[in-house]
Amino acid sequence: MYEMIAFYLFSALTIGLFMVTVMSKNVLYAMTSLASAMVLISGFFFILGADFLGVVQLIVYVGAIMALYSFAMMFFDATRDIKEKNTNNALVFLLGGLSALVLVLIFAAPIHSDAIHALYPIHEGAGNAQDVGIVLFTKYLVPFEVAAVMLLVAMIAGIILAGKKMDHSLTKDLDADDEILVVKDRK
Amino acid sequence: MEVTWIGVLIKAIIILAVISAIAGFGTYIERKVLAFMQRRLGPMHVGPYGLLQIAADGIKLFTKEDIVPQNANAFIFKIAPVITAATAFIALSAVPVFPDFTIPSWIPVLGGTFVPSIASDLNIGVLFVLGMMAAGLYGPLLAGMSQANKWGIIGAARTAVQFLSYEVVTGLSILAPIMLVGSLSFVDFNAYQAGGIGDWLVWKQPVAFVLFLIAGFAETNRTPFDLLEHEAEVVSGYATEYSGMRWGMFFIGEYANMITVSVIAAVVFLGGYDAAGTLGWLFIMAKIAFFFFLMLWVRAAWPHVRPDQLMWLCWKVLMPLAVVNIVITALVMMV
Repeated sequence: MYEMIAFYLFSALTIGLFMVTVMSKNVLYAMTSLASAMVLISGFFFILGADFLGVVQLIVYVGAIMALYSFAMMFFDATRDIKEKNTNNALVFLLGGLSALVLVLIFAAPIHSDAIHALYPIHEGAGNAQDVGIVLFTKYLVPFEVAAVMLLVAMIAGIILAGKKMDHSLTKDLDADDEILVVKDRK
Repeated sequence: MEVTWIGVLIKAIIILAVISAIAGFGTYIERKVLAFMQRRLGPMHVGPYGLLQIAADGIKLFTKEDIVPQNANAFIFKIAPVITAATAFIALSAVPVFPDFTIPSWIPVLGGTFVPSIASDLNIGVLFVLGMMAAGLYGPLLAGMSQANKWGIIGAARTAVQFLSYEVVTGLSILAPIMLVGSLSFVDFNAYQAGGIGDWLVWKQPVAFVLFLIAGFAETNRTPFDLLEHEAEVVSGYATEYSGMRWGMFFIGEYANMITVSVIAAVVFLGGYDAAGTLGWLFIMAKIAFFFFLMLWVRAAWPHVRPDQLMWLCWKVLMPLAVVNIVITALVMMV
């Protein structure tokens, strides 16, 4: 009973908030509704009894959307509306509608729930985090390790891209001071 | 004892009432402690030893005009303080504050109700609390971005910088104790250290303890790392345009977060509440009070750091230390 109320509440709120994310022309509204919808999604995990995944959803998306916010802060004036440039409204409608349809089909497929068996049922007595760990380090070991290597590669690439001139300081660089002085002299 | 929904509700009301009151009282204690450390007297005029200063501050906050700047995004501007306060209290719902007790049976309606120590005893409590406290930083971020003020937007940018810096350190520093205990539940942490002072995790994980404390200061925006509203640099950062109770809500949230960090530090590293002993609840109060005092002490003793110094500290010093600590812990556990 409580679970059903919670489920419908979370569903309505999540769908509504994602609608705001897509429809709104204000960066601040879009980002905030995205963040709160992501937090609400963790509610579904809690209802299903997957506490660990719920908290992971919370932590990961709070951090990820915080990074998105910082981009929004750099590129837009957050208090004004943005003029969107849609060259072809029909195309946008068609592509959006098609991808929505595909997603609905994918997620409606398990409607034949008789055909679904839990390959790795939860262990009695073991906690949620332990179960996730068991599956990660047995069945999904290779994808897990590949994902880890991929993240490492991305991190090293990021450091190399950002760190080209890391060895000389912007504030203590004498050449930089000279350049500023030269510009001043020209004026 | 069975936990009923009435018990949980009473617990939630107790947490809200007591922590809000402590947050108000905390401002008084903070001013007094800072004053004594700087050889001043602090608030002295309202009531004996200035004790009624809280009431005066409360009246001031409640009756001040609530201003929303003209060009601000009014809706986001109004909900930002609520996010800070609400997430701080949600985080408190999963940590043990105050002891278990049963309401005596002579009280008419609620008699015999068992009130648990933790309002919601999740078995992933540690992660939940850290995640909720992280979500609390949306408050300053949205406040800064919505108020159409340049100091505000600098405060918001610093929020993002600070969050991305300390979050890694918090997670990694608390990972080593989690590995030792083998659980994410605060109850298991308490049980692991039940043997007395010798069993406290701070002796096994001193590095993790120090790292967690430093990250905790950044998490609660306490002084060495209070970049978000650094009065001397960015007027008041994210809180520049706020007045009255909306401004007050940011501070209730901040003090509630200080208490949450103190509780986590006390339960995870300093033995928690001793379930067997009769005075366990008194000891955990003393531990929480000590950490609260430590935060005030550090504020009196240390200057602010610059944002680049914070990033340097978190990414180049604390994070490698935390990783090395985890590797050493893992090796010791394996052998």
